[in-house]
Amino acid sequence: MTAIENVSRRNFIKAAGITSGGFILGINLPLSAKTLDPAKAAASTLNFFVSIAIDGIVSIVCHRSEMGQGIRTSVPQIIADELGANWDKVNVVQAKADAKYGSQGTAGSASIRSHFTTIRQMGAIARDMLEQAAASIWQVDKSAVKAGNHVVTHSATGQQISFAELAPHAAKLTPPDAKNVTLKNTKDFSLIGKDVSLTDLNEIVAGQATYAQDIQLPNMLIATIVRPPVVGGKVLSFDASQAKKIKGVVDVIALKPRSIPVATNPLSGVAVLATNTWAALEGRKKLTVEWDLGANSTHSSESHKQALVKKVNQQGSVAAHKGDIYTHQYQSENTLEATYTVPYNNHSPMETPAATAIVTDEKCTIWAGTQNPQWAQGIVATELGYSQEEHHKIELNITLMGGAFGRKSKADFIVEAVELAKATKRPVKVIWSREDDIQHGYYQSIAANYHKAELTASGSADFWISRVAYPPIGWLWNADLKSPQPNDLALGFGDIPFALNNLSLETQESESYVRPGWLRSVACINNGFALGSFVDELAVKANLSTRQMWLNLLGDDRHVNPSENNYEYSNYNLAMTEHPLDTKRMKSLINLICDKAEVEKPLPKNQGWGISFLRSFGSFVAAATKVEVTNNKVTVLAMHTAIDCGIVVTPDRVTAQMEGAMIMGLSIALMGEISVKDGVVEQSNFHDAPVTRIHQVPELYVHIVQSDAPPGGVGEPGVPPIIPSITNAIYHASNIRIRDLPVNKVLTV
Amino acid sequence: MINVTINKKAIELDVDPQMPLLYALRDELQLTGTKFGCGAGQCGACTVHLNGQAIRSCITPISAVANQKITTIEGLDEHNNDKVQIAWREYKVPQCGYCQSGQIMSASALLAKTANPSDKQIDDFMQGNICRCGTYKRIKAAIKSAANSEPSANETLVKENR
Ligand code: FES
Ligand code: FES
Repeated sequence: MTAIENVSRRNFIKAAGITSGGFILGINLPLSAKTLDPAKAAASTLNFFVSIAIDGIVSIVCHRSEMGQGIRTSVPQIIADELGANWDKVNVVQAKADAKYGSQGTAGSASIRSHFTTIRQMGAIARDMLEQAAASIWQVDKSAVKAGNHVVTHSATGQQISFAELAPHAAKLTPPDAKNVTLKNTKDFSLIGKDVSLTDLNEIVAGQATYAQDIQLPNMLIATIVRPPVVGGKVLSFDASQAKKIKGVVDVIALKPRSIPVATNPLSGVAVLATNTWAALEGRKKLTVEWDLGANSTHSSESHKQALVKKVNQQGSVAAHKGDIYTHQYQSENTLEATYTVPYNNHSPMETPAATAIVTDEKCTIWAGTQNPQWAQGIVATELGYSQEEHHKIELNITLMGGAFGRKSKADFIVEAVELAKATKRPVKVIWSREDDIQHGYYQSIAANYHKAELTASGSADFWISRVAYPPIGWLWNADLKSPQPNDLALGFGDIPFALNNLSLETQESESYVRPGWLRSVACINNGFALGSFVDELAVKANLSTRQMWLNLLGDDRHVNPSENNYEYSNYNLAMTEHPLDTKRMKSLINLICDKAEVEKPLPKNQGWGISFLRSFGSFVAAATKVEVTNNKVTVLAMHTAIDCGIVVTPDRVTAQMEGAMIMGLSIALMGEISVKDGVVEQSNFHDAPVTRIHQVPELYVHIVQSDAPPGGVGEPGVPPIIPSITNAIYHASNIRIRDLPVNKVLTV
Repeated sequence: MINVTINKKAIELDVDPQMPLLYALRDELQLTGTKFGCGAGQCGACTVHLNGQAIRSCITPISAVANQKITTIEGLDEHNNDKVQIAWREYKVPQCGYCQSGQIMSASALLAKTANPSDKQIDDFMQGNICRCGTYKRIKAAIKSAANSEPSANETLVKENR
């Protein structure tokens, strides 16, 4: 099969002119019945993404990773729509890590916003081939036939041939150039925009879905790892004698020492390997390790926060500017300045990281829940000393992820499994405990944001200074890096959409002591919290509604271009023409949320509404939250989210993501905090690193704007506006202004 | 040897009596529908029924359930059509799905005890089950929907087991 695939892929690539980095779609010849078993021979593979079996079941590959966002529904749904397939005849196949699929990195809410057209082309190419096959059977022009409803129909006569019958003929054809296939008109979508059955729903509800933690192999060892308590720490010595006495413990192995920069490498430590999980955990309790804690053992998150606050209150290095801020004489009675801080936050996906590996002399086979399969594949290749050409020797099977939120982009836990499988020559499953997950995470950075602005006579503001400081994620690879980079600043900082004549956006430096990471919406968490809070504070000072202040600041209908402020703006890697920072869409969303939630209606005493907005990952999201504050206790009463994400593929999953984002925003705002003392994370499990539970959940409402605009992201953009909507609501209910998260430092939640 | 009835099947297990039921189910019996989330009784991902009551299998030593009846998500209904499962599908409750076995087992135990739970009763009973994806709104709606539907086979079983 490989040989056939290679030949035809070469042909296809030539035909399509697709270069690396883009989507590569290959075409396979139909499998020969002589050489393969009948079950397999029955399928006609139209390209890497689509094959059709003799019973008409269309198998569609999902090349991106499922973590709860519903991508295993949405990607096949898009392909099936362009193909003209019926959803109840679609079977979803999970891709393994393979460069032939183009990007598989499931992060940045990018699957659809960045790949919508190329995913559609996969379906359209296959559809075109089915239509060509039917046209040649009927000896008519291709324009006289049309695929849809799992058949191709001859428009003039109404004759039909099923996909099942056509597939073997279609598979012999040369695939058309991706650029030359016509994509459907938006109004002709048969599946996009409709709620189809969810791919893994039945298995999940039956307890039959397979996650990385669930992998079981014959002869497999389960490994649990004691990692250095401080980032950069090293094992000095360990005593495994007691651990090895536990029945079931097979081995105790020190992992390779690692150093800073930590990259996405494992943290090293000592692994206890056993024939079952319980023995591994019991063995671990009996293990004693002596550590060299290293330089980061002086780190305290509290003093780091103070240092960051001090920094952002001083002039920093200018990332973007317009007009003149520094010679301006601020009128103190009209000027507002405020500093906002957020602590470290952990992803805490319900499923802790886990990976299973087998390493032989010939190959390495992995099962893992990973957001970035090809990246992991490359890292493992380096680890095993494989060359670029040998990447195919690493078979990476992608399981469902029990949540990820950015955590499972990093390959550290996969490399741990590979390292131990190589050492033991047995299949090894590495499992992280909840304590491991909380204490050795890649945390959303502790951050300080500063805003200063002067109110104008017309109820807006100008002479705006905005500063930010936090440990940048790039520190993972470059230990000298101290400031967010232009790309980081695109996350709700450099893209401030207000009609300002005078602006200075500045960064300050920060040291790094723990591993920073991407947590759902990343720096939009701190930037969105600070901006959303400051607009609310400006509104209060100007004696305007927060809605009015947003509208005034956004100003006239226009497309904001942050690059005009001498700042290289990356717009989430989206074209500015297709994904403009459109103030009209922003204002209408703010109006929508205020109207839907009726935020200006009088409320009982001790209750208040808070609103906020942020455009991120190509989507516009506004949030409104109602709270009550009584006896220093916050009760959240209602939350609304409105999203304008352009074309919606699976409406129910957009709703679900917005519901989930409200809950995650609630967790971050009210109780999200990882603190560090002497370099060691102070929290260990859900009792001291709490997340939202059912009794804390208010009424939730989601409003999706109907739009034909190119699709924006959905997984992340729901989170940022939620957080300030909550703290603003607290202010309007109680006059308590929260500038330092989480809320539970000052109020009971 | 520890004898225990799991999903109506008599099972004999030769494991450390202190081994939590969770790992006996997952590692020894390949019943991986029951999940690990915290190992400390704090998240509910590992919820199963012991004689019809919801328990956290991660903190229940296997010896504590000897000679008793355990039901896991796999055994809730032969055709996965327990009324809670039906409601879960109808409301498309899961996102990542990882917590959902535990949520379903808790919900089913709640309904066996309280046929028509109020919001407050749902909150109180389901508080031990974390969903990091935040599917709580749908969990609540699905529980209410299941409460109003026909009793399922499992409920009869749950009652018999009391
Ligand atoms: S795993 Fe048992 S309660 Fe969390
Ligand atoms: S659905 Fe993901 S944790 Fe509940």
